[in-house]
Amino acid sequence: MNHLKFQSVFDIIGPVMIGPSSSHTAGAVRIGKIVNSIFGDIPEEVTFHLFNSFAKTYQGHGTDKALVAGILGMDTDNPDIKDSLEIAHQKGIRIYWDILKDSNAPHPNTAKITVKKGQKSMSITGVSIGGGNIEVTELNGFSVSLKMNTPTLIIVHQDIPGMIAKVTDILSDYHINIAQMNVTRERAGEKAIMIIEVDSRDCQDAVNRIKEIPHLHNVNFFD
Amino acid sequence: MFYTIKELVEQADSRFDGNIAELMIETEIELTGRSREEILYIMSRNLEVMKASVVNGLTESKSISGLTGGDAVKMDQYLKSGKTLSDKTVLTAVRNAMAVNELNAKMGLVCATPTAGSAGCLPAVLSTAIDKLHLSEKEQVDFLFTAGAFGLVIGNNASISGAEGGCQAEVGSASAMGAAALVKAAGGTAFEASQAVAFVIKNLLGLICDPVAGLVEVPCVKRNALGASFALVAADMALAGISSQIPVDEVIDAMYQVGASLPTAFRETAEGGLAATPTGRRLSQEIFGH
Repeated sequence: MNHLKFQSVFDIIGPVMIGPSSSHTAGAVRIGKIVNSIFGDIPEEVTFHLFNSFAKTYQGHGTDKALVAGILGMDTDNPDIKDSLEIAHQKGIRIYWDILKDSNAPHPNTAKITVKKGQKSMSITGVSIGGGNIEVTELNGFSVSLKMNTPTLIIVHQDIPGMIAKVTDILSDYHINIAQMNVTRERAGEKAIMIIEVDSRDCQDAVNRIKEIPHLHNVNFFD
Repeated sequence: MFYTIKELVEQADSRFDGNIAELMIETEIELTGRSREEILYIMSRNLEVMKASVVNGLTESKSISGLTGGDAVKMDQYLKSGKTLSDKTVLTAVRNAMAVNELNAKMGLVCATPTAGSAGCLPAVLSTAIDKLHLSEKEQVDFLFTAGAFGLVIGNNASISGAEGGCQAEVGSASAMGAAALVKAAGGTAFEASQAVAFVIKNLLGLICDPVAGLVEVPCVKRNALGASFALVAADMALAGISSQIPVDEVIDAMYQVGASLPTAFRETAEGGLAATPTGRRLSQEIFGH
């Protein structure tokens, strides 16, 4: 089933969104919102690298406003999306645009985003695949494949023995079934990312327990 | 789960007495683990946004670029004159589609069906069907599940993105979904609904995505208007018992092949087609100064 691009009727009928483009506006909000959720903070500095169609038509579709709105934590139906650049400016966020019209990104609607606050930084590459649906293909330099259309846990942790067992034990305690799991790391002993797609949407109690595991940097749950 | 239209029709017939909406709801429960209540709730909310967008879009105000806005009102006045050539049902759908896409261009609230650029077709034919066929609230929600079922197969076997497959993937898909849902709403069979999908896609095969200045305005608003009219006509053709010589799944595959062969200039980059005409370039220059 996982080879299917679309696995829900609401990928086709939806999302409810502020126009004008589902791929270039709503999809862009969603990519930005993932950065917001994983980073867990409003950044001081953001750089957007836009490729192909995103690079060529971003102003016309409000892609710039949409990406920034997502970084600010807005959802696709938030009427403030229109004013996001101004809101970001008022919050003192420095925003840089790197427009790569002639690049050869694998998909036409690709954005790479890097955010910084003090010592903390992260990068993410998101692709808008149509109808407001997105895929995350890179996270902090790790190559990943996240469709974001099934309940997903993203856990950033120190690469030490036993971390996976601790997390899966907790999921098992709450009878949460794992559909797919992906583990990747920068270098042995450094930061690693665990991406776990689960069958249950009711994960909040498990997430709270997972957060207490030592050497775990952050946990995000997307339903 | 159904992977092809053939499977969709077979499963609807064998398991749900031809009820595609019910097949889609059951499949959604299987695929996402959401409860039936939650699924119905989300769809009802989408329905409300769609119906509101038809009403809210009917204003004379222009988009920020000034390229679109006010055409739905012109069609509304023309309809009221009573002197139209086409049937009132068709032109009401045309008006409604323009209203929604004009609203979308103004950064208004719409429901992407399947995309925002093609968000006019489905609410347009749905609102027309509500009046014409006196659809109950449940039948309206079913209309959307039926449309979504066909859209899922199209999206998974071809594309619903203009950047990937051109406008055939957006207005083509939207109009086809609307046509199929209309056939079911009017009492047609699942097979007849599938034929309406084939008629629409065959006629829009190869339609490029060439937005002037990269904006979802020209020609999107008018393509949604005509896409809505196609949905109505294709539904009538299917209800008349006409069928497609090329099986609908092969039509969808052809749409994928054609989309994959389109040069990038014709896939939402605003570098070809109408966007590259002298007037298209001038408008872009006036709006963005480059």
